[in-house]
Amino acid sequence: MNTEQQIWDYLEEVKDPEIPVLSVLDLGIVRNIQVDADGALVTITPTYTGCPATHIIEEDIRSKLKEKGVINFNIKTVISPAWTTDWITEEGRRKLKDYGIAPPESNTPDKSLLSNKPKVVHCPRCNSLNTEMKSFFGSTPCKSLYVCNDCKEPFDYFKCL
Amino acid sequence: MNDNLKKALFDYLLWMGDTALVLGHRLSEWCGHGPILEEDIALTNIALDLIGQARYYYSYAGEVDGTGKSEDQLAYMRDVLAYHNSLLVEQPNGDFAFTMVRQFLFTAFSYHLQDALLSSSDERIRSVAEKAIKEVTYHLRHSSDWIIRLGDGTDESHKKVQEAIDNIWMFVDDLFLTLPSDKLLVGAKVIPEMAAIRQKWEGTVKSVLEEATLKQPMASYMMKGGREGKHTEHLGHILAELQFLPRAYPDAKW
Repeated sequence: MNTEQQIWDYLEEVKDPEIPVLSVLDLGIVRNIQVDADGALVTITPTYTGCPATHIIEEDIRSKLKEKGVINFNIKTVISPAWTTDWITEEGRRKLKDYGIAPPESNTPDKSLLSNKPKVVHCPRCNSLNTEMKSFFGSTPCKSLYVCNDCKEPFDYFKCL
Repeated sequence: MNDNLKKALFDYLLWMGDTALVLGHRLSEWCGHGPILEEDIALTNIALDLIGQARYYYSYAGEVDGTGKSEDQLAYMRDVLAYHNSLLVEQPNGDFAFTMVRQFLFTAFSYHLQDALLSSSDERIRSVAEKAIKEVTYHLRHSSDWIIRLGDGTDESHKKVQEAIDNIWMFVDDLFLTLPSDKLLVGAKVIPEMAAIRQKWEGTVKSVLEEATLKQPMASYMMKGGREGKHTEHLGHILAELQFLPRAYPDAKW
């Protein structure tokens, strides 16, 4: 029988298919792990409603646990409470920045998004604040496209959700 | 939940699911055809969100129905008359102005509806709304920006977006079409009164059109019937493309 801590450790090895520097734990996708006499129950939540990686992540968790010899387990998907970028860990934010993706700046979007200007975002390469949003929608559902006016590099910004 | 309420909920979920799926499919038709790369990506991102929403509604509908129908069965194995989507979303993409007007009018509606569904008495509907509202907020910001940019842009862009509004306006009332059975759901506080949604929608549309220097068309003939299965000729063509593969090769697997 595996302990809860062992399963958490195994899942640290499961990476996001689109952002391979982040584990599913860094992203806050794994919500809970419960082990009892019937086996383990891993509760996960999707990031974006339409994220095509959701299904792959579930399959990756499944094969990782099998590889580690965990036999009795189930994966349950819940959508409430809804995933938020606030759940990305500090470690996850640091890895994102090192990877060249600007991490989400503080909190989740609220109704102010409808009227306010886009967030001021630090360039992940040169740290400049002289950056500009090019498009709310980027290469994956979770990112916006920005450009740095100082180092002239385009970059992805992990948008707040 | 009694059988009448279940049937009412099933019909409502199909309408929500079908509307999201059909619009998601329409937006996916822009893939590789967007006027600029960023927009190509934005439209297909939004398409993914909508198809994701459709999946939630279909899977819940299959459970409520009691027949255990899967998302795929509901999406692929019903024909035009059994589809309940709103007429607005099945209208062909046209030019970019037309797509954006369709998107804006729908998204403003979806935003206020999902916002109201956050206080639904039904836990599943509430949790879908909780997830959807975050994404729809981005969608609304995106389409409002474009309406203002095109409307208050050049003479040419203003003309195109005004024409699009005039041409699509006849499908606006159909967005707010209710079925007699909706009363049961309103009574059980599962869904909000449609009149309240309409009022909020009108406020949003009015303020964006004003800022965009565009005119709201005068009320004229309104075509209605999407939720009752009465569609324009375009839906059949969408379904022919969307459903071809699983119907021709029912055992096909990825």
